[in-house]
Amino acid sequence: MDQINWHTFFFLLSALGACTFALMVVFTSNIVRMAFFLVLSLTSTAGLFFLAGADFVGAMQIMIYVGGTMVLLVFGVMLTAQERFVSLKTSGGTWSLAALAGGALLAVLLQTAFSVDDWKAGDTAQAGQSQTTATRIGLGLLGARFDEGTSGYLLPFEIVSIHLLVVLIGAAYLARAKRRAKPSADNPADRSD
Amino acid sequence: MTNLLTQPVGVSHYMAVGAVMFVCGIVCMATKRNALGVLMGIELVLNGANINFIAFGSAYLQKDSAMSLGLDGQLIALFVIVLAAAEAAVALAIALNFYNNHHSIDVDRADELKG
Repeated sequence: MDQINWHTFFFLLSALGACTFALMVVFTSNIVRMAFFLVLSLTSTAGLFFLAGADFVGAMQIMIYVGGTMVLLVFGVMLTAQERFVSLKTSGGTWSLAALAGGALLAVLLQTAFSVDDWKAGDTAQAGQSQTTATRIGLGLLGARFDEGTSGYLLPFEIVSIHLLVVLIGAAYLARAKRRAKPSADNPADRSD
Repeated sequence: MTNLLTQPVGVSHYMAVGAVMFVCGIVCMATKRNALGVLMGIELVLNGANINFIAFGSAYLQKDSAMSLGLDGQLIALFVIVLAAAEAAVALAIALNFYNNHHSIDVDRADELKG
């Protein structure tokens, strides 16, 4: 009996969580439960990131995705969760077509994943000696990469900054409260608001 | 069949998890009629892609660690996370606008978007 590889054990735990909750997102028709299962799936994915040695990205996954994006989605769910929209049923034809396309895609992707011998097993015994990555990622975003000869990511960082500003303005513009220009007196729908 | 628990994991296992999440996202996008459900499918797809980036960027998941993406994989994954947050904000604003105008969140009824 060989020793249990604990890295593999925790990988299997996180992977099982991520896959199971992703499947439950697909097979639940209740939108509130979907949001909850998506939170669990994304958190399990953060565990996978930690196990791969990406500690900073794992922490950002929890902070930005689970803490930010999901709160946004849950607010959207709460703002639109009327009785008839909480669980919308999908027709059987759509389900079978989606299952066909998804199954074919899954078969191709899984076959590709296990087709290269170098990818099948790593040297995870080194995992305990991996260094923290936050400093190197921060320097890489500012354009300084002294671990390799390649250049850093200052330009993409600036582009993403401008992109976020544009998105902020665009989202605020799209979601602003609308005021009617000319409320007509003879329309009872206008008078109510 | 060898015992899965005693073997070290590699990039292949991460890619398998990423593939499952990606396909779940695709099926979610195709089958959900609630616009916010479609958005959740997009989040799943982006996460499946992120798992692959992280796996290829890891130093010890491949036999030859010189083949790994190194820090590049993690930086690209960070950009994906940021862009996913931006996409969710804009898409949610559009969905709420649609809900305000049509009193529905069903994407099957979104065949005319002009308010």
